[in-house]
Amino acid sequence: MSARLGRAALWTAGVLVAAWLVAPTLVVIPLGFTDKVSLTFPPTGWSTRWYANFFGDPAWTAALANSLLVGVLVAVVATAIGTAAAFGLTRWTNGRGSAAASVLLLAPMIVPGIILAIGIYAVFLKLGLAGTLVGFVAAHTVLAMPFVVVSVTASLRTFDVRLETAAASLGAGRWATFRQVTLPLIMPGVVSGALFAFVTSFDEVVVSLFIQSPTLVTLPVQMYSSVTRETDPTLAAAATMILVLTTVLVGGGLTLAARRNRAR
Amino acid sequence: MAALLSPLSPSGPAAAATPAEKGGGSRGRARNRPFLLIVPALLVLLAVFAYPVAQTFVSAFTTPSPGTGNFAWFFGSPANVAVLTRTFSTALWATVICLCLAYPYAYLMTVASPRARATLLLIVMLPFWTSLMVRTFAWLVLLQDTGLVNGFLGLLGLGPVSLVRTQTGVLIGMVQILMPFMVLPLYSVMSGIDRRLLTAAQSLGARPLVALLRVFVPLSLPGVAAGATMVFITSLGFYVTPALLGSPSEALISQFMYTQVSGMLMWGRGGAMAVVLFAATLLLIGLLGLAMRAGRRGKAGAR
Amino acid sequence: MPVDPPEGAALPAGKGARIDLSGMTKRYGGAVAVDDVTLTVEPGEFMTFLGPSGSGKTTTLNMIAGFTDITSGTLRIDDRPVGAVPAHKRDIGVVFQHYALFPHMTVAQNVAFPLRQRRVPRAERDRLVAAALETVQLPGHASRYPRELSGGQQQRVALARAIVFSPRVLLMDEPLGALDRKLREFLQLEIKRIHREVGSTFVFVTHDQEEALVLSDRIAVFNNARIEQVGTARDLYERPATLFVARFLGESTVLRGTATPDGSRSRLDLDGFAVRASGGVRSGPAALVVRPERLRLEADESDAGGGGNAIPVTVVEEIYLGAARKLEVLLPGGARGLVREQAGTSSDLRVGDRARLCWHPDDCVLLPDDPTTERILT
Repeated sequence: MSARLGRAALWTAGVLVAAWLVAPTLVVIPLGFTDKVSLTFPPTGWSTRWYANFFGDPAWTAALANSLLVGVLVAVVATAIGTAAAFGLTRWTNGRGSAAASVLLLAPMIVPGIILAIGIYAVFLKLGLAGTLVGFVAAHTVLAMPFVVVSVTASLRTFDVRLETAAASLGAGRWATFRQVTLPLIMPGVVSGALFAFVTSFDEVVVSLFIQSPTLVTLPVQMYSSVTRETDPTLAAAATMILVLTTVLVGGGLTLAARRNRAR
Repeated sequence: MAALLSPLSPSGPAAAATPAEKGGGSRGRARNRPFLLIVPALLVLLAVFAYPVAQTFVSAFTTPSPGTGNFAWFFGSPANVAVLTRTFSTALWATVICLCLAYPYAYLMTVASPRARATLLLIVMLPFWTSLMVRTFAWLVLLQDTGLVNGFLGLLGLGPVSLVRTQTGVLIGMVQILMPFMVLPLYSVMSGIDRRLLTAAQSLGARPLVALLRVFVPLSLPGVAAGATMVFITSLGFYVTPALLGSPSEALISQFMYTQVSGMLMWGRGGAMAVVLFAATLLLIGLLGLAMRAGRRGKAGAR
Repeated sequence: MPVDPPEGAALPAGKGARIDLSGMTKRYGGAVAVDDVTLTVEPGEFMTFLGPSGSGKTTTLNMIAGFTDITSGTLRIDDRPVGAVPAHKRDIGVVFQHYALFPHMTVAQNVAFPLRQRRVPRAERDRLVAAALETVQLPGHASRYPRELSGGQQQRVALARAIVFSPRVLLMDEPLGALDRKLREFLQLEIKRIHREVGSTFVFVTHDQEEALVLSDRIAVFNNARIEQVGTARDLYERPATLFVARFLGESTVLRGTATPDGSRSRLDLDGFAVRASGGVRSGPAALVVRPERLRLEADESDAGGGGNAIPVTVVEEIYLGAARKLEVLLPGGARGLVREQAGTSSDLRVGDRARLCWHPDDCVLLPDDPTTERILT
């Protein structure tokens, strides 16, 4: 009796917490289709004018284009470097060395973003990288790399190294083994790492706030400055698009990760 | 950290099975090659992470003039110290609220069916991957004086309550964003607890709730410690949420740093605060490590 | 691709290579995994490395394959030193206990893998893959994935993949270890047939002595990082060179005592009685080994065997095997003996009966005592 009651209470609490985690964010979707100028929720009438406004305003479209470009470049660079690093970490026989390296590789995840932002800003100002594409890609790569390393390392840990031995016995050299055996089998980890890297860059605000320039603004930065200046439902339209894009990408990444596990 | 990251790579126990004994490797000639693969990542990290951070710390002691002037400035003004204490109290509140919400949630995950567990995990991971800006913006809309929450409170005859530009608003936003950092370590520890211990305790005469409190809760403490530390140190460095949902007159240390550096170009002061923030973070991680070790030793002694 | 057999090779298929191991040693830090192993595997021979786990047989195999570096000693294949040749250039087929099939490739792609590495043209490749699958009797499974196959089928695919490029040497590391007994026995015969068909030199690692007896032309018995004895199954069974070999291969009764020369034979003093053994003269601590089928139990007290050994014993255990039965007997000093009696020629002794244990001095071997075998085998 009391056990059933406890269970019901537990589920109620769980469902409430789950709702609180998910539901609030979803208000931006209907809000983007409101016909009013104010951000009143729930909307009383519907229109697509704010999407028109978004795509008609060069500030928003440029920010979106910049974010997409930076995100894709970061995904490519972080995935290449991070995958190599994950390989090194799992194959390096020097236990202490690889432990130290993995701490360093994951450190950007725990150092408060504002500290990194200030440091990067100072260095970039000196090197003339602030407000440049290279600067954005470099800064976001550092933040995104840990996710690639974690994701690829996980798939390398489930990868059976003996398959490489088998490939060698069948005449495959190191590179052929990597291309034909190892890479296809860890591909889900690599792809989900790349997706997470893209999303990390696409969402990044703090460092971007510092290193932005009038000529190079990313979407979250544009949102940030819009929120602090004037708020109209264009923001909600932008938020909806970010939400949809990141949900699709992360969903894809998680599905790949799940498939990787099921394949075992 | 590992506990936190594991759900990104939900590899589970299968990951542990990498038998490398027989047929081992022929990596004799290439023993040092794996290290070379880490080099590009390390170079990027050194250039765009370690060097800038170190540079910030150094500037605390050298800019504008060598010495500890920046720290004297920071700790000399009660207003500045108030920022620091406010940051810590906000972090503490966020940690406590997170724990209260996350504990039953994580416990539910351990008793739920696999399918329900996967759904619960997905839901808790969602905030981790939905844009910080989007979520903060959504809270801004909901919490504003004419927003949905106040409308609801008004129906109950409670409103309107000022939520935006208050510490309450900041906490609501922060806790939602920080939930995964608490739930995941809790879940990973709880799922490792042998549930037969609960049955055993009940067979020894303990009522279910007593068994839970006396057996399960103590065993889950390492998860509580890990989660609390993660939430606490992460909330110390929060910038966007307090900046948008909080009041400018009740700034947290990150906002203060932003103003000092970006607005006033006081690099040294920013650096000094970075040192303080980082030292606090390291101290907490160190304390967590000690607590974990003591906990392990205690458990080993009991055996 | 297949190398032409050297001039004058007089072997059935003429494709097997000779493998010479000379003073091969492998050290890991201070630990010696393989200690000074010297052995020649003849072209086309089926050689089995037999020994308990940790005896160095797999490490030796891995050195031949090129998976493990050789600490010292030389390895030659057809008189060519290959110690420095990387594994993928040795042209040696390997079959692993864990199959090691590539899970993302179909059966056909798995088998074609070594041919792709050797840039064999497509048509030729398809033909060879089909032929290899035919050889392992697995046609019609080409487009399946490994996880859709049973363990036995997977191991056949692994075998096909290892022979498809006609390597002159095929190494197998406990390939049947993960399979159940019935399947294992069936595949043993298959492997034997495939060996006859492809004619390569086979080196087979196992810890299962029956498997070694069924398959091998010759067996190298490994113990403690060294080879104890190399020989045919009959050599090893009938004339073991060491007590370890005697005990590892087949069952036997071991009697320990002190040997003294006695003419062309030796005399072994046990607790309170003595026996004689022919074949070699020995002195000092020794162990006498008799196979169960060489022992006879006589129910009557009279001395039946002229010049034979006879010891009074008590039957303590009977194991019925259908075609035969095994009797365990207790000797005066507390030692135990094992007698195998064929059905039909069986005595009618029962547990608890007293009898005499008899055998001819020519039917036993006297070996230097080696107390370490107790530790390894029990």
